[in-house]
Amino acid sequence: MPGTEYSLARGTSTVRSRLAWTLAGFGILALGACLLAPLAGGTSISLRNVFDRAQPYATNIDAQIFFIARLPRVIAAALVGSALALSGVVFQALLRNPLASPDTLGVSAGASLGAMLAITFNADVSIGGLSTVPLASFTGSLGALAIVYGLSVIRRGGTSTMVLLLGGVTLTALLSAVMGFVQFVADFTQTFRNVRWMMGSLDVASYAPIVAALVPMAFACAGFATLPRVLDLISVGAESAAARGVDVARTERVALISASLATGAAVSLAGPVAFIGIIVPHLVRLIVGADHRLVLPASALFGATLLIACDVVARTIMAPLELPVGIVTALVGAPVFLWLLFRRA
Amino acid sequence: MKKLLLLLSLAALLLTTRAVPSAQRGPVAPPPGRIVSLVPATTEMLYAMGAGSRVVGVGTYDRYPPEVDKLPRLGGLLDPNIEQLIAIRPDLVIVYDTQTELRRQLERAGIPMWGYSTKGLSDVTATIKSLGDRIGMAAQANAAATGIDARLQAVRTRVAKLPRPKTLLIFGREPGSLRGMNASGGYGFLHDLVELAGGVDVLGDIKQAAVSMSSEMVLARAPDVIIELHYGEAWPPAKIESERRVWSALPSVPAVRNGRVTLLTGDEFVVPGPRVPLAAERLAAVLHPESSR
Repeated sequence: MPGTEYSLARGTSTVRSRLAWTLAGFGILALGACLLAPLAGGTSISLRNVFDRAQPYATNIDAQIFFIARLPRVIAAALVGSALALSGVVFQALLRNPLASPDTLGVSAGASLGAMLAITFNADVSIGGLSTVPLASFTGSLGALAIVYGLSVIRRGGTSTMVLLLGGVTLTALLSAVMGFVQFVADFTQTFRNVRWMMGSLDVASYAPIVAALVPMAFACAGFATLPRVLDLISVGAESAAARGVDVARTERVALISASLATGAAVSLAGPVAFIGIIVPHLVRLIVGADHRLVLPASALFGATLLIACDVVARTIMAPLELPVGIVTALVGAPVFLWLLFRRA
Repeated sequence: MKKLLLLLSLAALLLTTRAVPSAQRGPVAPPPGRIVSLVPATTEMLYAMGAGSRVVGVGTYDRYPPEVDKLPRLGGLLDPNIEQLIAIRPDLVIVYDTQTELRRQLERAGIPMWGYSTKGLSDVTATIKSLGDRIGMAAQANAAATGIDARLQAVRTRVAKLPRPKTLLIFGREPGSLRGMNASGGYGFLHDLVELAGGVDVLGDIKQAAVSMSSEMVLARAPDVIIELHYGEAWPPAKIESERRVWSALPSVPAVRNGRVTLLTGDEFVVPGPRVPLAAERLAAVLHPESSR
């Protein structure tokens, strides 16, 4: 892993001041994105009208576009962007592989399969204002997590990462095959909806799905909060981490479960949004170095900023039509990733 | 390389020539007695002109008239079963114009075919007439087409002088939420039906058959009437009511404010066939309840 010049011996106060600067810098970016993004869109709205108390809310179109269509969307983008970026950081460290992303271990594919099953078989369950598709999607991600977790429990000695990685890749392939089968039995409109879902969308149109996604994301963040220092050691090597007193098995479990929960929540909220989880960690490490105490919070903030920005592009570039956000993230992400790759080579 | 290019262009020329529907070449063969129709719209047309007894096979998605349930199903747009198709020994197969691979296979098997495509409402009667010509039932087909035109004209006349509400026609979304909405844009037979039934398509300026709608677009375009089409399995009244209530998330939309969100079921809305007058009448009844009997 490049950038391992970081050492635990470095003074805590230096790290604290770097952390403060990092949080301030990326925080201002994210805050700016959150404040500006609701102003942009396919329709022009007047801020004066939005906050005009004289107009009843029930007939105030500008206020409703702002509070019903755009604000939930920006919040969803921030949450999904953060969750995917954090998962990306953790998976890359856990698997000691710069190509790892939230999609690598099959959790994302599990979430996609869940959504596809719900769409294709017209499942109809709703809990607390949450509709069937996100519920099925999150359930799918938990199913995939259970399988991956099972793999991580039965693994042997030093090959754990390799087993986990190959197991995850195999699981993804298996789930993709099942998705292919589901697509095969789906009719035209369902196929269309499945394909459209796979392109990602942040138009959540209410706050209920956001609140629901916050629950697993909060658990994930609690897990992530315990990780920064041990991830630094584990990303160098499991054996050297163990030699320094890290409970490697436990850390790997916490990392795996937290990152998977965050991924599942993000995919069930917005569909599989590509590339955020792989490029944000790399871009952030270029700027702040490899210390996970800085990389984790900075990635969360930068992931949020980037996805909010991509969504603004998605809903304005072809106005009044809106592009699926996953297309924009892939179109932006792929060239950036190639640039990173060649820069390293 | 030059040889290859020549070969490729020859092949392309040959394929383009083959892609011309046999109907346009004029009736050369005797009227077909064993017809396979893989397209629901043309199946309905055959029955409407009285050629139902000649239909020996249909596609996966054919549901109407009920008689088609007894016929062998030979696949859909993407997965036609060529083996079964040949085994059934048809003397005419009606295929989608886009089924190029199937057309090639039928061509090789020497089975005559007739290509179907549709762009708008006016294509329905035009297709009926042309299909009638091809199967030697021109008079019956013309009679069926005239009946359809007359009923459509009756709807048009009835709503002609009435105010035209801005209408949003949704033909798919995620149940229980306003996500993944697909609406009819300013092109295609659903758009034509809305305009004929006395509405103004709120997406009329977007020249696409299907438009992915966001909640912002619905709020911004402020339709007076929202009509949702639901097909496939029937929904109980309670489900229909709960799906209507989903729209209350957008209270400023006039259709929502004035309780003018309607869910319609029935595949006459998806099949651009002889039942389009029924679809037009049902849409007109929703758009202009005051004019419906």
